[in-house]
Amino acid sequence: MSKFKKKGEGGTPAISTASLPDIVFMLLFFFMVVTVMRDNSLKVQNILPFADQVEKLDKKNLIMYIYAGKPSPRYQETFGTEARVQLNDKYASINDVQQFIKEERQSKREELRDKLTTALKVDKETNMGLVSDIKQELRKAEALKINYTTKQGEAGLNLK
Amino acid sequence: MAKRAAPEVNAGSMADIAFLLLIFFLVTTTIETDSGITRKLPPIDDEQEDPPILKERNIFVVLVNSNGDLFVEDEIMEFKNLRQATIEFLDNGGGLGDEACNYCQGPKNTSSSDNPIKAVVSLQNDRKTQYGRYIAVQNELVAAYNVLRDREANRLYNIDFTEMEDAYNDPEFQGDKDKLKDKINVIKNLFPQKLSEAEPI
Repeated sequence: MSKFKKKGEGGTPAISTASLPDIVFMLLFFFMVVTVMRDNSLKVQNILPFADQVEKLDKKNLIMYIYAGKPSPRYQETFGTEARVQLNDKYASINDVQQFIKEERQSKREELRDKLTTALKVDKETNMGLVSDIKQELRKAEALKINYTTKQGEAGLNLK
Repeated sequence: MAKRAAPEVNAGSMADIAFLLLIFFLVTTTIETDSGITRKLPPIDDEQEDPPILKERNIFVVLVNSNGDLFVEDEIMEFKNLRQATIEFLDNGGGLGDEACNYCQGPKNTSSSDNPIKAVVSLQNDRKTQYGRYIAVQNELVAAYNVLRDREANRLYNIDFTEMEDAYNDPEFQGDKDKLKDKINVIKNLFPQKLSEAEPI
């Protein structure tokens, strides 16, 4: 009667997909573990300049980050548009840099302390005056290894 | 009451949910490593020593002013010519006698640097210079050093200097690390990176 006849028993059995969720969960957990959420929420505008003669910064735990730039749009009402320094999660003044370096050093094991590098993540529109002040503070704190963090790209792009 | 068996929950959509989460994490994950230009700041000396006397011709003054204009040795220069000018200065090798440079390929001009070992690039900036421009200039200066170091590394060891450094920093490098370090140091001594970042004027 019906147009569609029931198939015979002889067809290949369907592949069981019951273990598919397990496989996917495995991948999921991998990515969940690997993902590092940003530990600092940025409060300053941070468009890094381009450079192509770069060295990689491995060993994330040996890097101290100093951010600088003008406050992000949502903070501009309260803090203005003058470029500022950000240490950890909050705005800081230049004078806090030395203290910050000291604290970061304290939190690391003794044999690693002289391997610390300071990464300067500075917005490309910042004036060099502020950067020089930071550098001067770093010299005073004897944190002499610095790295101007940049994006990979032709340096000429900065001039536009 | 009729006895009913608990209906089985359909687990067919579990995979979809898991996929959804998986894709979320895939997209948000950034396995990023920061990279940048590494520099070493000069330590602060307590006692004000007189700086060593350098000959005028051994100093290459690069100034980025508050408008972002580039001045090299007091003359305005286009940004794209900076790399070549720096290479010419470093590679000049105009010295005589003890100060002669036997691996330089420059024009041996007596009004330019004596020897790469003596040559100093002095990068000056204004307090109002934009950071982006400053980095661009610094990048070109580092590039000039890298070009020359690559040339020497190719001449001596048939390998790029930058490649040697990458290999040295690679934790999975197979081979003799000390030997590589020695080679890197030889090249570094031929063209020491004497880049002075003066305090802004």
